[in-house]
Amino acid sequence: MSATSPTDALSYYGRPIIKEPVWETDIPLYFFTGGLAGASDLLALGAQLSGNHRLRVSALAAAAAGAAISPYFLIKDLGRPLRFLNMLRVFKVTSPMSVGTWIFSAESATTAVAAACELFSVMPRLRVTAQFFAGLIGPAQATYTGALVAQSVVPAWHEARRELPVLFASSASASAGGAAAILTPAEHAGPARRLGIIGGVAELAASKLMEWRLGKLVGSVYHEGEAGKYTRLATASTLAGTALMALAGRRREGAAAAGTLLLTGSLCKRFAVYHAGKQSARDPHHTSIPQKERGGRAVTQPSSRTGNGSSPSPTTR
Amino acid sequence: MKPGDGVETYEAEAQPRLGFFTDTSVCIGCKACEVACKEWNLVPEDGLAWTGHSYDNTGELNANTWRHVAFIEQQAPDPIKQGKQDFRWLMESDVCKHCTHAGCLDVCPTGAIFRTEFGTVVIQDDVCNGCGYCVTACPFGVIGKRERAAASSPAGAGRTSGQSPDVLQTAVASDGLGVIGKRERAAASSPAGAGRTSGQSPDVLQTAVASDGLGAITKRELGGDGGMHKCTLCYDRLQNGMEPACAKACPTDSIQFGPLDELVERARERCGDLVEAGVSEARLYLADENDGIGGAGAFFLLLDEPEVYGLPPQPIVPTKNLGTIWGAAAVAAGALAVGVAAAFLRGEE
Repeated sequence: MSATSPTDALSYYGRPIIKEPVWETDIPLYFFTGGLAGASDLLALGAQLSGNHRLRVSALAAAAAGAAISPYFLIKDLGRPLRFLNMLRVFKVTSPMSVGTWIFSAESATTAVAAACELFSVMPRLRVTAQFFAGLIGPAQATYTGALVAQSVVPAWHEARRELPVLFASSASASAGGAAAILTPAEHAGPARRLGIIGGVAELAASKLMEWRLGKLVGSVYHEGEAGKYTRLATASTLAGTALMALAGRRREGAAAAGTLLLTGSLCKRFAVYHAGKQSARDPHHTSIPQKERGGRAVTQPSSRTGNGSSPSPTTR
Repeated sequence: MKPGDGVETYEAEAQPRLGFFTDTSVCIGCKACEVACKEWNLVPEDGLAWTGHSYDNTGELNANTWRHVAFIEQQAPDPIKQGKQDFRWLMESDVCKHCTHAGCLDVCPTGAIFRTEFGTVVIQDDVCNGCGYCVTACPFGVIGKRERAAASSPAGAGRTSGQSPDVLQTAVASDGLGVIGKRERAAASSPAGAGRTSGQSPDVLQTAVASDGLGAITKRELGGDGGMHKCTLCYDRLQNGMEPACAKACPTDSIQFGPLDELVERARERCGDLVEAGVSEARLYLADENDGIGGAGAFFLLLDEPEVYGLPPQPIVPTKNLGTIWGAAAVAAGALAVGVAAAFLRGEE
């Protein structure tokens, strides 16, 4: 993408232009648990429609666990946790967090109803209805978080706006498939295994596509520092989990190992994206160089770090 | 200049759009704007540190810095001095841009950030729940979070330095070229000095009576409130027909305040005069309503490329790509549904 070595480009003492996101690790943890819940809800709906009782219960359990723990991460990360309800006074389509708040509220409420009916073996028709709506909202729950980080000025996120939702959806599928494969006897777990494999392959492909589309300058953050560490972990786990699921998934121990690997890969992928965003925000050149290239202007090359006053062309706008 | 997004909801109560024209060619780097802003708005201290970056020990705009004077020392002929000197200062007082299309306002999920009747962008402190989304949506890195006291959470998690607030520390390090020094105060040392998050000693609970910019007088905890903060363009002063504190204090009229249309006209004239006088690098920044943010309520006359001052060269509000983003999410959700359906296709085994 950029042929310019970033060290030659202009900046204000190398300081960041944009702010580093203030979100702490609760947020990638929520991306994981929320994604797991969303995709599991859809898997449970599929199992319900195909009459696979054992798989439905497993997927519903995974969805309920994900939906139950998610609010903890979401609320804990707020600067003023007691005011989390303020988000339920507003609906704004320009804010994926606002839209997502409603998606998550609907998804977790329907999942809770379905899980409660299942747990206490009551009101089967309500359970079926709740499961139907949870499954319908599930895909939105699994993907809106990708849109949320893309709707930002962070170069590693905004420039990946076309790929991030698909990456998050794939990662969520891999985790949901993995979790259900762990919890379900092998003879009933076929769809879970296949979802894990489809998700794993899609996650690996979407990651590659995203890095390629980001280009050398911004895309490289996914291989540097903390982001690089989690990218390597995610790739290795997802690759191993996908392969193991395909080869040994029909055996209970094989499915358990493969499922664990897929879950680990999915979790690490969210941390890779999270850290890549932070790292990319810290580098002023990730902001300035793509903007200059988009604007069709050459990056002004200073003769030296201190002598950068050599008159650039006047651009009186 | 276009009115800001959403100002039409005021109908008859809408006022002329007000803003700043910051003419950096006459800035003398006195920092009176920084001081006036702090004093008027009761903005807390945000750590005392030597950055080693010329006279700029403020560093950046943040939750606790709403005006920031940048200092750049250049080995270059000073065009204003007609080539008699081969060194020049660039000084620029930076501030929230009060964008026509404001990313922070677009993403705020609580409605805490709103457009005022003057076309400015203000955070309502009593609504903000500290989610931090606005921080990631500002193309200029203006908004910051007043981190809560370090006692409960490691405020410096992603940052370079996190020091115990209990420890009295004095450290000065010098590499001989760019002096990097740091001085921590004992009583109110910042939990994350170099990262320049706000923060005060968790033991010292400081409160003060402050105007919230909406006319109400509230008791507010200084520092560590977990909320997001930025320049309000002195909303309380505007409502009382006064000019913002920074502009009022500026001794050279580098910061000019007024109706935006008048300011843009005056700025174009000033820029033309400078170019005519031989200052060929003079250019207006964010005065074009067709740029990526629809023009700003606070725009600048610069004497070098924007990124020399730490400003983005071609800022774009992320909302500009909202259609692509939601489209990609819809495609992804559809793909997920197809994937799950495919997983069931082979039927039960």
